[in-house]
Amino acid sequence: MCLAIPGQVVELFADQPTAALIDVVGVRRKVDLGLLQDDLPVKGDWVLIHVGFAMSKISEEDAIDQMRTLRMLGEAEAAMQEVEGYGLEDTRNTKAS
Amino acid sequence: MNLAAADSPGDHLPTVRFREPQIEMAHGAGGKASRRLVEGLFAPLLFSSSSEPLGDAAHLDFGGTRIAITTDSFVVKPLTFPGGSIGELAVNGTVNDLAVSGARAEAMVVTYVLEAGLPSPVLEAEVRAMGNAARKAGVTIAGGDTKVVEHGKADSMYITTTGIGRPLHRLNIDPRSVRPGDRILLSGPIGDHGITILLARGELDLEADLRSDTRSILPLVEELVKVAAPGIRWMRDPTRGGVATSLNELVRDCGFGVVLQEEMIPLHDAVRGACELLGLDPLHIANEGQFLAVVSPEYADAALNALSLAPGGEDAQIIGEVREQPSGAVLVTTRYGGSRIVDMLVGDPLPRIC
Amino acid sequence: MKFVDEFRDPEVITKTSEEIRRLAHPNRHYRIMEVCGGHTHAIYRFGLKDLLPSNIELIHGPGCPVCVLPMGRIDDGLSIAQQPDVIFAAFGDMMRVPGTQGSPLEHKARGMDVRIVYSPSDALKLARTNPDKHVMFFAIGFETTAPSTALTLGRAKTQGIHNFSVFCNHVTIIPAIRAILDSPDMRIDAFIGPGHVSTVIGCRPYEWIAKNENKPVAVSGFEPLDILQSIVMVLRQLKADEARIENQYKRVVPWEGNRAALRAMADVFELRPYFEWRGLGFISQSALRIRESYAEWDAEQRFHIPGVRVTDPKAAQCGEVLKGVLKPHQCKLFSKECTPEHPIGALMVSSEGSCAAYFNYEHRKTAMVTSIASVA
Repeated sequence: MCLAIPGQVVELFADQPTAALIDVVGVRRKVDLGLLQDDLPVKGDWVLIHVGFAMSKISEEDAIDQMRTLRMLGEAEAAMQEVEGYGLEDTRNTKAS
Repeated sequence: MNLAAADSPGDHLPTVRFREPQIEMAHGAGGKASRRLVEGLFAPLLFSSSSEPLGDAAHLDFGGTRIAITTDSFVVKPLTFPGGSIGELAVNGTVNDLAVSGARAEAMVVTYVLEAGLPSPVLEAEVRAMGNAARKAGVTIAGGDTKVVEHGKADSMYITTTGIGRPLHRLNIDPRSVRPGDRILLSGPIGDHGITILLARGELDLEADLRSDTRSILPLVEELVKVAAPGIRWMRDPTRGGVATSLNELVRDCGFGVVLQEEMIPLHDAVRGACELLGLDPLHIANEGQFLAVVSPEYADAALNALSLAPGGEDAQIIGEVREQPSGAVLVTTRYGGSRIVDMLVGDPLPRIC
Repeated sequence: MKFVDEFRDPEVITKTSEEIRRLAHPNRHYRIMEVCGGHTHAIYRFGLKDLLPSNIELIHGPGCPVCVLPMGRIDDGLSIAQQPDVIFAAFGDMMRVPGTQGSPLEHKARGMDVRIVYSPSDALKLARTNPDKHVMFFAIGFETTAPSTALTLGRAKTQGIHNFSVFCNHVTIIPAIRAILDSPDMRIDAFIGPGHVSTVIGCRPYEWIAKNENKPVAVSGFEPLDILQSIVMVLRQLKADEARIENQYKRVVPWEGNRAALRAMADVFELRPYFEWRGLGFISQSALRIRESYAEWDAEQRFHIPGVRVTDPKAAQCGEVLKGVLKPHQCKLFSKECTPEHPIGALMVSSEGSCAAYFNYEHRKTAMVTSIASVA
């Protein structure tokens, strides 16, 4: 289940508040916003689309946060290895990175 | 079976291996079902007993003169779509089939099967398109036939063509000449035609700035032949069933495997977007203006260079290579080390939501 | 593609898989189940198994709504569409699923009006544009898809479109997970939770898995980095002997779920007392049916359906594969009598069913050189 793709709201319809035109790298489709009626997206927002309905707004902040966390994976480890490489006897008190 | 049949060359009697009770749409989609039909029914009954792999076209010898011949039929809905129409598909498809068999199309004959009730302006537009495409491709339309069938029996129109051409010099295209280490060249971005048609049908309510890639690839093939003729092992135009189907046919016929690098496969954004939205794999989508070539390593770089400098070949890429393993399979690898097998589809690719 | 490509970054993927190797204790064998068919598909599509150490086993769960649909229900839906002037509309996923008399596409070849739709709202549109026909939408899916069907039924009612009905086969995920955990031959260490179902139901419904069953759950997105990060999360929990629900897919999944979606579902649907799941048997309170207030748009109420139970051949070991007890290739019929082209069992009929996914993407991969030399 659950093929859902991120798309950007590029056009809203004055006469249909629960519909929007979304864009996925140049492919466009009218999508139903009925499931987001408690907090309708505006033009420029990114939403997750499943079977022609917007399921959720996508938080750019959370996405950036996630990538930041992942990019730091192994950095603490690498820093520890670097420190150990200096041959210091007691590495317990050394700050990592 | 009547063993006394005088026509039999004395080889084993042809056995029909096709056991399915009725013909389904899948049998025309170019994938596994099509293959079962051709190999299981047509081949034993129609083709002379031979171990030659079935190709796009046949090269026949008439007392020293070699002629290439191919036939194809064009069934498409809608008739017209961004980038072309059935008339252009008919000409370019025929030219391309001959080109990838290593021949230059010279002439074709064409049959129209028309549905009663087809508006004449629609027919005129297609015939005009066909004439223009033929002139552009340098092909003479030498004759044809027309039939009209009852309303509801021909989806507006079906076009069948038979094209003949002259084999290009010094080419020996045979999947059995393919060797591990040979490179796989692709002439340009894939999926444009199939996705354009899918969108043009209107059922999915998707819009994109996308056009069919229908064109004659003969000029590109000729550029390739100029610099790499001795190294060209195999060529194919990946139409219905896409690159995946063509390459699966290759590995079946040569016995080796193919490994593709996903990031090297040229793709327009809109094709990617549509495929992601609909859950389709671009490797399974039809193309009408691209070709694959297997080229020996010594000639591969020159081949790619020649293609990329030729008009219309700017996006050509080497997308993978032939390997010993996985034998009989096509593998796609990603930049981060994951891989997956890409198989031939059964029938047409279907959008999915799961 | 924004919000897609970042999560396919090769360098970060490599880093994350290194972290997984660091976390996986060499003397321990981990069994992690991904519940959702979409995750199964993603794992194969991105070749993620190649990036994991051999002591991490990914078990494919029952979250494939096509796979768990009993054949009898397909027969029922098709029997409605046998009537004159009925259009059978369904997602592409359903088109090749065999009933006892053939699949929807095979029925189409024999003259039935069968249409593929991308959205239930497209099916409603078909009804609007074909006033002299009746459009029956064959609805499938978990809680991800049910709200869209619900909203569509709501629109049919308010717009007074009467030549439209829904044959409802929506199922719910929690009972399926319970069935897995209740199964005696099962041992799962942690779960990769269904990210898109969770955009609707939120993360609370999984809390019992951590509290009562003591298993970690990471509610996961579908890109390679999402799935890999979820594995990191559950491995960390297992290492620390913890069991919590974590929301890996924060950028999309609200902890409390989607209230508007849940309201739409509650308005239109109610739980069936029980429903048969192919391969798992009857499960109570596990599926949705249309409420009385929408009876007119309920295909089961408008039309007579045969309701015949069709049992699967005994040789097909779908139940065991569905519960993760057997791997696809361990079923006796796998790749012989049962292939994607001629599916005998549930898990071969859908491209995200574990048997089909394994068949299509994996099982012919022989031992290969892992570092692929550059070919340019």
